[in-house]
Amino acid sequence: MIAAAIDVEREPEDVEHTSYLRAGYSLRSWFFTTDHKRIAILYLFSISFFFAIGGVAAALIRLDLLTPAPDLLSNEGYNRAFSLHGIIMVWFFLIPSIPNTFGNFLIPLMIGARDLAFPRLNLLSWYIYIFAGLLTLAVVLGGGVDTGWTFYTPLTTMYANGMVVMTVIAVFISGFSTILTGLNFIVTIHKLRAPGMTWGRLPLFVWSHYAVSLIFVLATPVLAVTLLLVAAERLFGIGVFDPSLGGDPLLFQHLFWFYSHPAVYIMVLPAMGVMSELITSAAHKQIFGYWFVAFASLAIAVIGFLVWGHHMFVSGQSIYASAVFSFLSLAVAVPSAIKVYNWTATLYKGDIDLSAPLLFAMGFIVLFVAGGLTGLMLAMLAIDVHVHDTYFVVAHFHYIMVGGTVTAFFGALHYWWPKITGRMYHEGLARIAAITILVGFNLTFFPQFVLGYRGMPRRYHVYPEEFQVLHVLSSAGAGLLAFGYLMPLFYLVWSLFRGSLAPANPWGATGLEWTTSSPPPKHNFTEQPVVERGPYHYPLKHPASRGHG
Amino acid sequence: MAEQRALHEPFHEAERQEEADRLGMLVFLGSEAMLFGGIFAVAMALRLLHPQDYIAASSQMKLWHGTLNTAVLLTSSLMAALAVEAARGGSPRWAGRALWSAVALGLLFLGIKGHEYWLEYREGAIPGLANAHVGSAFEQLFMNLYCAATGLHALHLIGGMVLLAIAALKRSAREDRQAVLIGNVALYWHLVDLVWVFLYPTLYLAGAGQ
Amino acid sequence: MTAGVLRLLLVWLALMLLLAATLGAAFLPLGAAKPWIGYVLAAGKAGLILWFFMDMRGEGGLMRLATGAALLWILFMLCLIGADYLTRAMPG
Repeated sequence: MIAAAIDVEREPEDVEHTSYLRAGYSLRSWFFTTDHKRIAILYLFSISFFFAIGGVAAALIRLDLLTPAPDLLSNEGYNRAFSLHGIIMVWFFLIPSIPNTFGNFLIPLMIGARDLAFPRLNLLSWYIYIFAGLLTLAVVLGGGVDTGWTFYTPLTTMYANGMVVMTVIAVFISGFSTILTGLNFIVTIHKLRAPGMTWGRLPLFVWSHYAVSLIFVLATPVLAVTLLLVAAERLFGIGVFDPSLGGDPLLFQHLFWFYSHPAVYIMVLPAMGVMSELITSAAHKQIFGYWFVAFASLAIAVIGFLVWGHHMFVSGQSIYASAVFSFLSLAVAVPSAIKVYNWTATLYKGDIDLSAPLLFAMGFIVLFVAGGLTGLMLAMLAIDVHVHDTYFVVAHFHYIMVGGTVTAFFGALHYWWPKITGRMYHEGLARIAAITILVGFNLTFFPQFVLGYRGMPRRYHVYPEEFQVLHVLSSAGAGLLAFGYLMPLFYLVWSLFRGSLAPANPWGATGLEWTTSSPPPKHNFTEQPVVERGPYHYPLKHPASRGHG
Repeated sequence: MAEQRALHEPFHEAERQEEADRLGMLVFLGSEAMLFGGIFAVAMALRLLHPQDYIAASSQMKLWHGTLNTAVLLTSSLMAALAVEAARGGSPRWAGRALWSAVALGLLFLGIKGHEYWLEYREGAIPGLANAHVGSAFEQLFMNLYCAATGLHALHLIGGMVLLAIAALKRSAREDRQAVLIGNVALYWHLVDLVWVFLYPTLYLAGAGQ
Repeated sequence: MTAGVLRLLLVWLALMLLLAATLGAAFLPLGAAKPWIGYVLAAGKAGLILWFFMDMRGEGGLMRLATGAALLWILFMLCLIGADYLTRAMPG
């Protein structure tokens, strides 16, 4: 039998039952911790900090775009603003967001282990990330770069002013944090599953993180060597990307996008893992097509490595290579679509609880489908020729990364908040936040599809008068969206002081993490769990504490 | 026999921990392979763009230094493998000797490489330096690629040598019949060798026989 | 000398012979096949190193899969980047 749930109302009797939050209060016990749960919280604070900084950059952009004239920022200033926004959001927020907070916290719990395989490596990953983040902040204070987050050559290697070398070094360093995290997850999932936890009994959240870890380990090193080459080219003029010496600027794009396309799957796969958990839990129902969803994660990870040329359709890449990349880009949509069908089918005839996490999940599905369909459009050569480098592309990727990943992040934050903190948040306010975010998001980014289709280029802050109405709508939406994102900050923090104590299993969900106390003890379980059933064995015989507080 | 390996959290069983350590090293090697994969992609792209220039530039390379270094590194890999074999067979002193031989051969590799760089420097073949008088633009690019690739490799080689030395100095590692640390360090060293095995034809052989 | 040590020495000998063959082949007039021969021989050396020195011979499926995956991914990268450079000059 799965280990009995610990009733949190009982006073902790000994160390084995003491919550991980109470196992030491000193700074040392936090900053030298090897407990994956504490490291997850360290990451939660750090990524929230960088989200705020990236958000400030976004605010500058959207404010400047309220008017067609370049009246807020200079041209150079605007370039630096969107570069900062991209660099911070991609590497210091989105990529670590779900894996390093929820992956770190939940993977050992979900597989019935006491920690990750290499706890000290986990802490090192955080410190590497922080060091890289501090370097990036130094760059920001020093004026930043104007190259865009994509660092295209020859701008970066020959012409850009600004702290290009320091920036690429900061990103290079952050890559090691990623690689070590992926290594840790892969070994943990292979070697630390509880007795009886076969691959077919793993929660789909774990499958997603396994797939993501493959990308972490295989893609990130290519970014590392590419950034080294950019630095070498800029500092020493080695010529790899310089046609006058026989090099090729397109070579940079190949190497950069070989990493950066899989990077977007790094951003979305964990979000999909969250979806599988939120939806089965809210519907109190077995996932529809478990193995389809599991293998779809792997398929996305693998095929995702073969599509990068779709970023280069108009760059001078061979038309034959472009055709191959176009076909493969259409193919990669299939496993994603399979997941969406399966989540929807899971909801069908489920015993549905319209909680805030489910509202976030439903928002994800709507926005991810919109983003995914427009991705298919972009994968087609004939369409991409017209909308490449316009706001159509900007809207597409924000639908996936913000509408998808950030929404899933907030859904996860709410869903596992009771487990992580031992407190229940205010459900009414959370539902309002979820809806505000959904409305604000659409108001911000839907006009951008229209803008792009009608010809508004990306990375410009000067535009024809006729586009102003759409830009104003978008900026207004951004304000609403920001408000929606700020709301949880207030009621979640408030819940830490005044929220009701969370039972072990407030959602009546399956999964080993719900069999231990909220918050869990330092070593996760008081007895080694033994698994005898699949991961979504609804309906639960004893939903017990289902319902709030 | 008493267990000599310390169990770390969160492992309960030594065997599981050893498997995890080895898998971890292999996964890490996979990431290192992808790092060098980028370098090979650059070489391939340049060769496809300028096939004749590439061959001409490669023919300037010091073929005997490269070939000798390949032999040295292959032999040093043998030493690392013998170290593992010795540890497993219960001969910690031979394990130590094999490890130090691997380190020595690594130093020999660096010596030959250094001599090669010095000759190239003296000939003015290294671009960017004060005395450079390299031929065509592409020759400069090729030399830069050669410096970048072999430099990156040498960094990893030095790292590997440090690991070999650590394993050689730790008595518990040499006496471990499962050869966990020595085995993982040897894996890293073999990767350094593997990268060179492919760098050799890429840089040195394209222009041989011209 | 144990069987294990002998095996490793024989592998080393094979590697030296392959190295000699690689060097020799570089001087033969093989035309367009030349780079391929060099890499095939390098792959042969790599196979020996992986199978015997890195003990893939004694490992289970998981380790071999992990090793194979890295090799496969490098091939993905080289093949698709190569596809661009090889077909750029083609008409159409």
